[in-house]
Amino acid sequence: MNVISDKLQVEGNRWIGTRTVRPDGADKVTGRAAYAADNTMPGMIWGKVLRSPHAHAVIRSVDTSKAEALPGVKAVVTARDIVDFPVDKSVMLGIQDMRWMCRNVMAREKALFHGHPIAAVAAINEEVAAEACRLIEVDYEVLPHVIEIEDAIRPDAPILHDFLKHEGKPSNIAGTMTAKLGDVEAGFAEADVIVERTFRTRPVHQGYIEPQACTVSYAADGRATIWSSSQGQFMVRAMTSLLTGVPQSNIKAIPAEIGGGFGAKTIIYLEPLALLLSKKSGRPVKMVMTREEVMRATGPTSGSFSTVRIGAKKDGTIVAAQGTFYIQAGCLPGGPLRGPVGCAFAPYEIPNVLSVGFDVVSNRSKVAAYRAPGAPLGAYAAECVLDEVAEKLGMDPLELRLKNSAKPGSKAAYGATFGKVTFEETVEAIRTHEHYKAPLERNPRPGVRRGRGVASGFWYNAGGESSAQVNITEDGNVLVTTGHPDVGGSRASIANVTAELLGIEHGRVSVQIGDTSSIGFSNLTGGSRVTFASAMVVTQSTEKVITQLRERAAKIWKIDPEAVTWENGEARPAGPNAGQFPPLTLKELAAKANEMGGPIGAGVQLNTQGADPGFATHVVDVEVDVDLGIVRVLRYTAAQDVGRALHPSYVEGQIQGGVVQGIGWALSEEYLYDRQGRLDNAGFLDYRMPVCSDVPMIEPVMLEIPNPKHPQGVRGVGEAPIVPPLAAIANAVYDALGKRFYSLPMSPPKVLEALEE
Amino acid sequence: MTDIRYLAPRSLEEAVSAFAAAQGAARILAGGTDLLVQMRNGVVKPGLIVDIKKIAEMTEIAETPEGGFRIGAAISGATLAEHPRFGKAWPGVLEAINLIGSKQVQGRASPGGNLCNGSPAGDSVPAMIAAGAVVTVQGPNGRRQMPVEAVPAGPGRTHLAPGEIVVSFTLPPRPAGSGDAYLRMIPRTEMDIAVVGCGVSLTLQGGTVTAARVGLGAVAPTVLLVEDAARALIGSRLEEEALEAAAAACRAACRPINDKRGTIAYRIKVAGVLLKRTAAIAAQRAGGN
Ligand SMILES: Cc1cc2nc3c(=O)[nH]c(=O)nc-3n(C[C@H](O)[C@H](O)[C@H](O)COP(=O)(O)OP(=O)(O)OC[C@H]3O[C@@H](n4cnc5c(N)ncnc54)[C@H](O)[C@@H]3O)c2cc1C
Repeated sequence: MNVISDKLQVEGNRWIGTRTVRPDGADKVTGRAAYAADNTMPGMIWGKVLRSPHAHAVIRSVDTSKAEALPGVKAVVTARDIVDFPVDKSVMLGIQDMRWMCRNVMAREKALFHGHPIAAVAAINEEVAAEACRLIEVDYEVLPHVIEIEDAIRPDAPILHDFLKHEGKPSNIAGTMTAKLGDVEAGFAEADVIVERTFRTRPVHQGYIEPQACTVSYAADGRATIWSSSQGQFMVRAMTSLLTGVPQSNIKAIPAEIGGGFGAKTIIYLEPLALLLSKKSGRPVKMVMTREEVMRATGPTSGSFSTVRIGAKKDGTIVAAQGTFYIQAGCLPGGPLRGPVGCAFAPYEIPNVLSVGFDVVSNRSKVAAYRAPGAPLGAYAAECVLDEVAEKLGMDPLELRLKNSAKPGSKAAYGATFGKVTFEETVEAIRTHEHYKAPLERNPRPGVRRGRGVASGFWYNAGGESSAQVNITEDGNVLVTTGHPDVGGSRASIANVTAELLGIEHGRVSVQIGDTSSIGFSNLTGGSRVTFASAMVVTQSTEKVITQLRERAAKIWKIDPEAVTWENGEARPAGPNAGQFPPLTLKELAAKANEMGGPIGAGVQLNTQGADPGFATHVVDVEVDVDLGIVRVLRYTAAQDVGRALHPSYVEGQIQGGVVQGIGWALSEEYLYDRQGRLDNAGFLDYRMPVCSDVPMIEPVMLEIPNPKHPQGVRGVGEAPIVPPLAAIANAVYDALGKRFYSLPMSPPKVLEALEE
Repeated sequence: MTDIRYLAPRSLEEAVSAFAAAQGAARILAGGTDLLVQMRNGVVKPGLIVDIKKIAEMTEIAETPEGGFRIGAAISGATLAEHPRFGKAWPGVLEAINLIGSKQVQGRASPGGNLCNGSPAGDSVPAMIAAGAVVTVQGPNGRRQMPVEAVPAGPGRTHLAPGEIVVSFTLPPRPAGSGDAYLRMIPRTEMDIAVVGCGVSLTLQGGTVTAARVGLGAVAPTVLLVEDAARALIGSRLEEEALEAAAAACRAACRPINDKRGTIAYRIKVAGVLLKRTAAIAAQRAGGN
């Protein structure tokens, strides 16, 4: 469903808003698309990582001599080869601190989780490399380990890092973050109804299909080429440079097609190791993680332990909200506190807010970003408590949200004062949707109960640095280069925008993703920023190209460029000259390019601004098999302000994908550890992501309310959809069973046990 | 690095002699959907692989003179599903075999592999036990027969003697008024391993159960034949008390573990629930015969 509020932006569009064939589609469905592991090179050898068998241990020594002596082994690297960033001085790259990254790619003083890299080997094939790993002798002093948040914050918990202090004492609390507005205690004093609950969630995996992989070739002249799959070739270049000491100008990072990332591929694991192995061996080195390595040793998102308290007056006015969010960081600091702390209460205008996050380290792999990092954790707690507040007040839960919704000029606790706010529209869209109004058959069969739940969500969205180059080929077609790996169909959207602006057939535009040496700096594919930011720089570049084209035509016609317009793919004389010359098409102008001034093309590099936040409201119907404790999602409708759907299929795909990931998070996904601190379900069989048959067709309701700060009205859409599902489903399960669940996932044994209480 | 030899003999005799001669360093390969996974994980490192899919008898479906079926142990689930009559006679056995994995896995996975892999959660095994299936086994000392429930010895272990290969499953003739069914509890709707699996085969005459067998999977170190549950059903008209008694017998038979797939308490409860649901489907199918 598509609700467009501003007709002006749509009428007359030929490509924007249409479902064109995606540029990378044919390659992907025919198996031709080259992912990171598809790369091979002459003389290439294989790298493998030796990983810690302990969850927590001091590394007394690492002896690689036997591995190095094994025939076929070409190089071995250890932490000594990685640039050491001392723990007392922060060195930031974006949101990543190199103190922690250098210890994440290779354990330094201590092994901090089962699977932590200890050394890496390159050999003539994978078998020899694996054999060499077995020959490395590591002397460990095994330490007690701690996995769960509640254990890690106990006073007697094993401490991971002596240098981390909280309230003056060594602690596993690595940091805190606070968002504050007004005076919560005064606010609660005014409340007629107060609900306070504590919630627990488990770490979940992003579920990308393609394991991390790379090939790195370090040449004799000190220049390195990296082929890898990531959410940012410039991030790969910068982080590899920092961790290896090779200057950025000597590294070319080539992005492969990416088989999913969802945030996880905004950091690297293998590239610095492969570069150092290549440097030592003089050979290109390829490294590919197994699925088991991906699950054990790359970052999922955090588990959480949160308490939320909300107070409201009898009429439904929320007067105070408080949240305490303990968020897992994994083994090194850096959990996504900003997600729960800033987003949990952001959809609402609440005068008194206190939101505090704690970054908790434990002996697990360091967390990585996952779609709206941390925001689902906060929304889960806040939106479930809101459901209880509505119940206590006898109010419809959507009415309660409408009554308190943020408005233009509302101040959010995280600091922003909102401009245009489109939250109410998402609530209204659900409230008036046929799904919300449809009667629900509560007991369709014996042993089966159904319920309905709603929840909302907020995500910041982001702008940031992007570069584009638009070139007209000699035969009069168009090549657009941007600097962002395409994880969600961004090339398709960019093709639509370029063809629209130039007024030409869509098929004449090719869109490619440049490597770090062929396009200007472009920040990560993350934060729901790529379509927003790259459409902006591509628009400005294309406008410059159009100006050049008008100038060329003016030169040919010997008239003033101001008197030339660009319409339907051709230059036309305008004003007093109108009709004096036959129009010049793109092809004709391209053919004359050199005689009239040289190649035609333009690029723009910007730190883009104006990415307004995203809001979403969801409704879900669930069915519970009360004898087996199985919860199934029957129907799901997700309304979101999408700004402008440049290519509706990929906007719908973002919404549907985010919801499905939320369903898995709510019902079946979790990292399970054994007593030795080893991950017990390191594979997709026992790490239960939903399969197709587990979910209904998710109905996206795209509210196209143009973002006034963007040339096409684009708003980021990739992250908001994963924010509401956890609470929406929990609220629906309550509606079905009359029992509230305060921990995820709501797996069958948990549900059955609760039903028997 | 270790070398692996691969043989694909055309006769059972050749297969048995190569398998026996390798003295435990060999592995039989049917569909390979367990074996290859285990080799990749480094759990098994065979020196010799004996592929049995080229042996005609092992991939055949034969109707026995008595009116039963004999199916080759290495037949794939997909092939079995295409047989015009097997699924009509044994819908429960077929659905159990067809539940294994996905479409891709179905093209390879065999009932023989499912049984010999020795997993207590193997889906076809409870249904085969409920069906009263008997396996024909060939080894260095010739042929013998054993009921399916006598094959598993514990997780990953069987009572097959060294060098023995399971050749086929023989399912008995179906009297009028018979039906079977298999249900498993998995948290997802597919691509999952049974937390509990239950196979029931019934024969009814005039609404009264005259014969019953119950197989229960994933609740003990081996798949179980639950004779007490069958006894509770025989002679009944599947009244609630009889079903509850059979469910109680199933719960009593459980000796499960807590693991990543389910808790002890959960598995025990679910065993009873599945018995009732499976029996209802089997009875409905029996009535439809
Ligand atoms: C993705 C996936 C999903 C799966 N889903 C399920 C599921 O839902 N339910 C389920 O029960 N299983 C499942 N499995 C496991 C597996 O597919 C089944 O156990 C299957 O029936 C094994 O049959 P196979 O022919 O592939 O066995 P193979 O792997 O060829 O053999 C399995 C074992 O039995 C031995 N063996 C095989 N045949 C004989 C014989 N005739 N005589 C003696 N020894 C023999 C082999 O040496 C090996 O040790 C799944 C596996 C995968 C990879």
